[in-house]
Amino acid sequence: MAETRAKTIGQFLARQGILVAFVLFMIGFALANGRFLGIDNIMGVVRSSAILGVIALGVTFVVISGNLDLSVGSMMSFSTIVVLDLHDKIGPALAIPAMFAMTMALGALIGFLVGYLKLNSLIVTLGMLSAIHGLTLTYSGGKNMDIDDKAGTWFSFFGQDSVLGIPVPILVIALLAVLLSLLLSRTPFGRKVYAVGGNGVAATFSGIPRARVVFMCYLISAFCVAVAGLLQASRSLGSQNTVGQGTELDVLAAVILGGASLLGGSGTIFKTVIGVLILGFIQNGLLLVGLAFYVQYVVTWVIIILAVWLDIAAKRGRLLSPIA
Amino acid sequence: MTDIPALRLQDIVKTFPGVRALDGVSFQVMPGEVHALLGENGAGKSTLMKVLGGIHQPDEGKIFIAEQPAIMKSPLDAKSKGVVFIHQELSLADELSAAENIYLGELPRKSFGRVDWKTLYEKSDAILARLKCSFDSRKLVGDLSIANKQMVEIARALTVDAKAVIFDEPTASLTDAEKVVLFDVINDLRSDGVGVVYISHRMDEIFTISDKISVLRDGSYRGSLVTADTDEDEVTKLMIGRSLDSENPIVPAKKGPIALEVQGLSCGDLFQNVSFKVHEGEVVGFYGLVGAGRTEIAETLFGLRAPSAGKILLEGKEVKIASPIEAIGHGISLVPEDRKGQGLVLGMNCKDNMTLPQISDLTAGPFVSDGAEVAIFDQYRDRLQIKTPGWRQKVGNLSGGNQQKIVIGKWLSMAPKVLIVDEPTRGIDVGSKAEIHNLIRDLASQGYAVIVISSEMPEVLRVSDRVVAMFHGEIIREFTSDEVNEDNLVQAISGIRTTKVA
Ligand SMILES: Nc1ncnc2c1ncn2[C@@H]1O[C@H](COP(=O)(O)OP(=O)(O)OP(=O)(O)O)[C@@H](O)[C@H]1O
Ligand SMILES: [Mg+2]
Repeated sequence: MAETRAKTIGQFLARQGILVAFVLFMIGFALANGRFLGIDNIMGVVRSSAILGVIALGVTFVVISGNLDLSVGSMMSFSTIVVLDLHDKIGPALAIPAMFAMTMALGALIGFLVGYLKLNSLIVTLGMLSAIHGLTLTYSGGKNMDIDDKAGTWFSFFGQDSVLGIPVPILVIALLAVLLSLLLSRTPFGRKVYAVGGNGVAATFSGIPRARVVFMCYLISAFCVAVAGLLQASRSLGSQNTVGQGTELDVLAAVILGGASLLGGSGTIFKTVIGVLILGFIQNGLLLVGLAFYVQYVVTWVIIILAVWLDIAAKRGRLLSPIA
Repeated sequence: MTDIPALRLQDIVKTFPGVRALDGVSFQVMPGEVHALLGENGAGKSTLMKVLGGIHQPDEGKIFIAEQPAIMKSPLDAKSKGVVFIHQELSLADELSAAENIYLGELPRKSFGRVDWKTLYEKSDAILARLKCSFDSRKLVGDLSIANKQMVEIARALTVDAKAVIFDEPTASLTDAEKVVLFDVINDLRSDGVGVVYISHRMDEIFTISDKISVLRDGSYRGSLVTADTDEDEVTKLMIGRSLDSENPIVPAKKGPIALEVQGLSCGDLFQNVSFKVHEGEVVGFYGLVGAGRTEIAETLFGLRAPSAGKILLEGKEVKIASPIEAIGHGISLVPEDRKGQGLVLGMNCKDNMTLPQISDLTAGPFVSDGAEVAIFDQYRDRLQIKTPGWRQKVGNLSGGNQQKIVIGKWLSMAPKVLIVDEPTRGIDVGSKAEIHNLIRDLASQGYAVIVISSEMPEVLRVSDRVVAMFHGEIIREFTSDEVNEDNLVQAISGIRTTKVA
């Protein structure tokens, strides 16, 4: 029956739509530009997605717990600027832990507001987005930050070196992805994150400390931002105050693309990694076919809308539904 | 009455991954007939009605409304074809008023599409008055009790000119008084020539209200009976393939020391000056009308509400219970009243839901031990006869009764010292209900202290060693199992005090 076939295709699209779209994209780009599927280009995409990816790993926890984190972009600017500044003042060995402490303190503040005071995470993190930006500018006095002795510091190791032929940022994200994936999928804490995001009331009735779980998710998110800031600072050894600007949307797009629901309770680290790669390849493909980089902004938005729509459609079991 | 069925379903097949929920079921309802649909938990009753109500599309089979073939594209479509569905699981918008929920999707309009609020509230109040509900239709649904939410759900059905109305376990959270109102409504529908489908696990209701009974088992149609010509035993046999096991006779508990004592406990205007004791090895039933404060006492004992006065003593020592975590630490379990809202994470699988409160203890090294979890799940799946294709199934995909069993298994597996169950057999079929009652008695004989809160009098009478009757937040009287009977219990929960004090 044509009708049932149309329905089956509709359901398949609703469930796998992102992957289908992605495959079509890849084929299109590969035809348009022979270099697209070359090993160099692939490694390049992976490498350039590493910073975004590291942040997305942390945000995955926040999203699964049923919240949002829109502050990660300006938080990353903050950690980048701070670590570059402290590098010359107290040396890299102290600058790195100091930067981690400061970034995670910001995460703890958000976690406190959203977890313990139960404030709306969209509002809190949107506010933090601009508050932290202000903090960064105050800290730097509005100036760009540069390391004096760029050639003589081991600090460039994280962003520029390779181990066994593999760039360090890729090793870092791989290691972090494995660890966080274990944490999320195999430990009691991970289970609690899903429960809190899936049904917070039922989680409370099951004796799960909801506030503490949410708090921990923001701490994890901030930790990942600090790692990303470190990679960024180490790669460039100098930075503007706005280096992370806009990252929050790319991160969110990647996490949703991977299939985490904004309603909370679903998603995995593995899927987020896939989401990051999809986003990375699409943005890279757009550049390779010769579109200006700012086209990415529009495309990213289209992708977010598409992903959210398919997410809801998959829940309803059909692409267009008369019921909300 | 005419000869044309109000609705007819023919050879309906519906499969879900791993489950053949409906295997060629045919079913019809005449106008002015109240047709009861029976079957064990997971037999396919709700699924059949969801097919009729446009929520699921059948894989095969046809639907006829007044013998006209019909395709139900969506719930709204079904409603426009005169089929109204009152759901087993509440499907209301908590943030909207009762009136807006009642007329959702078809709010009365003025010019320029503006909502005609005055008419909306007038009409809604009239419907609620017909249902003898005392609350204002402007009230937010989120602020209503479960019973009142259920009444709003029922009110929805009365806004349209229905050809057929489906009630899927409408009384699961209603008390007797509201039930009487509901039955009046159903009788009105019957005399208006509407075809009514009535799903329930309560035999007394089936025999009070229905004209005809059809039975489903494992997704197939098993036969129909005329209510007037049959009895409970025959229906049960058709349903579960055998007569009901006799429930173990109550062995009066070997009372141990006092496990839980409550002295002068109050919580705002929810309940006042409540005192009672529960011994080890004893089942204490709490009976009363909805709003009598029983659930609130349970929630206070479980650390979900802060008492405004009074003491809680466990094994003779006073304790402060500030959160469910502390309650669990003290060995208290609570099977909450609202399985969907409070009991389960619907998107998580069966096993994960069941082990959630003890997940931190089920570890091997830093990781959750799958083996330990699956062992717990298997044990309670067998004991409670939970019907699911496997532990990986999402709880949200289980039938209502099987979801309830997951919640019960979840709290039994904690091996609590004090077990509080709030409406434990809501939505559970007759066979499993007997099993759960036996289980509660077993637990008591193993030395657990059990509190059973229930709005079903037979249940309270059946499992309790002592019965506490509550009215308006106060304990009116305590009965021993020898003293208690239906009459004095009914009196007590309407607030009539007898001079004799237990
Ligand atoms: N959305 C779904 N996905 C997968 N399986 C489902 C879904 N809905 C129902 N089922 C399965 O179909 C079977 C029939 O379920 P249904 O809800 O119709 O039972 P029921 O007769 O209403 O039971 P109860 O008395 O417990 O309400 C069950 O085995 C259930 O697990
Ligand atoms: Mg059902």
